[in-house]
Amino acid sequence: MTATDVQSQLAGAPAPADAHYKLPDVAGYPDVPFEEKARLFEEITNDLRFSDYLYGCYECGICVAVCPSARFYDFSPRRIAQAAAREDVELIYQQMQEDIWECSQCFSCLRCPRGNNPGGIITIMREVAVNNGLASAKEALAGYSRIIYKIMSTGTQVSPDMLQPDAFPDWGPETGDVSANLDLWRRALPPETMHTTTTGWAVADSTLIELYLIWLHTGALDMISDVDASLHAILTELMEERLEDEGIEI
Amino acid sequence: MTLTAGPDGRSSIPIESLKRKKDHFERGEDRRSLEDPRAELLELEDKGELVVQKIDHEALTLPTKYGRPKRIQKAHLWHHKSCGQCGHIPGYSTSIFWVMRQLGYDYHDPRDQTSCTAWNYYASATSNSAAQAAVAVRNFAAARETGYFPLIHCGTSYGHYKEVREELIRHPELRAEVRRIMGKLGKELVLPEEIVHYSEWFHAMRGEIAAKQVRDFTGIKVTVHPACHYYKLVEGDAIYDPDIYGGQRTAVVTGLAQALGADVRTYSTWFDCCGFGFRHILVQRDFTRSFATLRKIEVMKEEADPDVVLTHDTGCVTTLDKSQFAAKAHDRNVGLAVMSEAQFAALAMGAHPYKVCQLHWHSADYRPLLEKMGIDWEKAWAEFQADLKRLENGEKRYLDWDDVDN
Ligand code: SF4
Ligand code: SF4
Repeated sequence: MTATDVQSQLAGAPAPADAHYKLPDVAGYPDVPFEEKARLFEEITNDLRFSDYLYGCYECGICVAVCPSARFYDFSPRRIAQAAAREDVELIYQQMQEDIWECSQCFSCLRCPRGNNPGGIITIMREVAVNNGLASAKEALAGYSRIIYKIMSTGTQVSPDMLQPDAFPDWGPETGDVSANLDLWRRALPPETMHTTTTGWAVADSTLIELYLIWLHTGALDMISDVDASLHAILTELMEERLEDEGIEI
Repeated sequence: MTLTAGPDGRSSIPIESLKRKKDHFERGEDRRSLEDPRAELLELEDKGELVVQKIDHEALTLPTKYGRPKRIQKAHLWHHKSCGQCGHIPGYSTSIFWVMRQLGYDYHDPRDQTSCTAWNYYASATSNSAAQAAVAVRNFAAARETGYFPLIHCGTSYGHYKEVREELIRHPELRAEVRRIMGKLGKELVLPEEIVHYSEWFHAMRGEIAAKQVRDFTGIKVTVHPACHYYKLVEGDAIYDPDIYGGQRTAVVTGLAQALGADVRTYSTWFDCCGFGFRHILVQRDFTRSFATLRKIEVMKEEADPDVVLTHDTGCVTTLDKSQFAAKAHDRNVGLAVMSEAQFAALAMGAHPYKVCQLHWHSADYRPLLEKMGIDWEKAWAEFQADLKRLENGEKRYLDWDDVDN
């Protein structure tokens, strides 16, 4: 579906009266107006990558056969590709609320014989879910905010000091050993950039400033304002203060 | 839109509608048609749209999946580090550096580098294509400023950067946006002539590595987990070799292990991912543990009985290594050493298992493997402890390369 198609639907052009669309009583979320669901769908199809990711669907199920998440959850990349190809606005909304966060983003489904990228469609659907503060995004990101804080503010996502035994009790006693000896073991690493404990490696200050400018100028930082308002406020203040210190105005 | 049900009150097969829907799809170039992204980059450079960092030192040529030759620069490399490796598996990065030093090739380990941020992106989607492209291009521009050519440590960074390159090639509006942002940073839109993963460098150099082998790996049984983001994302760039698996699977890791004389064994779930899941490993680990155990470790053990599983990505090493502890409590058939092929190659070349390979950061028991390699791990641990004492008593603040090479 092109953006124009969605727009013409929204503008009141005759809607296709097809029974293969899921009805709201089947797809759920009847309290959310169709127009709102269509607006979100339009946001998905407007992403510049969408046309590279979907060419229609044979419904062959090859993507399901290779999908790790389909083995352990009630989840199917075929259903997602199919719903997107049929422009089933109701079903896509249901999937944004119930399915997309199960995906492992492994991209095994690129085996699709049609040349689709179901995992990529899911990436876009997730972005739209975050951008619009959908309940599923809030739930998926609950407990995740310190990671977002880390990556956006320090430029490395995984830091040695995250290895705490209470955070990773299932990783065995070695996690406790790392945590207990962290400073010493980091100083024993021969690469000079890796003596850090709060970041993966030592990132230069000037590099961080450039990263902040990227988050601010691309709107990436503002994407989290609906899903996690307090994290958004903390990061905005931190970045703006830092840039102000450097004499940079946004 | 009015939605109506079919005659049965629920559904009917809407043939006409489906036909109409198909009219919307224009079959454009699919991803495989980008046979030579390098040529497309050079064309865009000619038009003044971007800057391509060229390979300017001796390079080896390797075959890719659909036959395009890919050149791998041997020396003068800019190490794009991995946050997961540096943070949680530091022997992984250290081994990459160590092997390069042993072979006598110069490199640059930059502070002017951020994470690709793709782990977070695939986990939380709290970013967008312009931001992801800008992060990638900022790192590439930083590499070009030093004159060193980028070498990517992480499989996900490598896969994601290839995605970014495709998006930039296809979409002029994205190029314009990234140029606008780079302008604010005082940088240009820079991409390297080839996006190269460290495992490709190790594969290319396997002859030189094997020539410096000091430990005999005959009889070491190996299974290989190929990393999804290495060979599934933009698959045309991955290295395939007709002599390895008949060209039906990526050649990296396996080619090196074979060159070192190890006994590489196959297993039926080789195509499965490890179970990392990006968000799952952090906040939904029941899935990760189950998948890693049931679909990978147990299958490998039942079908191939390996001494070690080798892989070439941050997330895969972490997942396969860390997921075994809890499974052991459930009496599952686990207990298999996990490491990167970089650590394996370093061990073959005589690296210290703790000072270089940093195996004390790993969870699955690697000691039986070291014994089979003829390494006295108790003695090695005592040596490492003696070095730590020197740090504790203030004799030195940090261990450096001289300490590990002696
Ligand atoms: S593999 Fe492709 S064509 Fe087949 S069901 Fe999945 S998305 Fe559709
Ligand atoms: S990317 Fe998602 S949908 Fe595709 S195979 Fe992996 S888990 Fe399944």
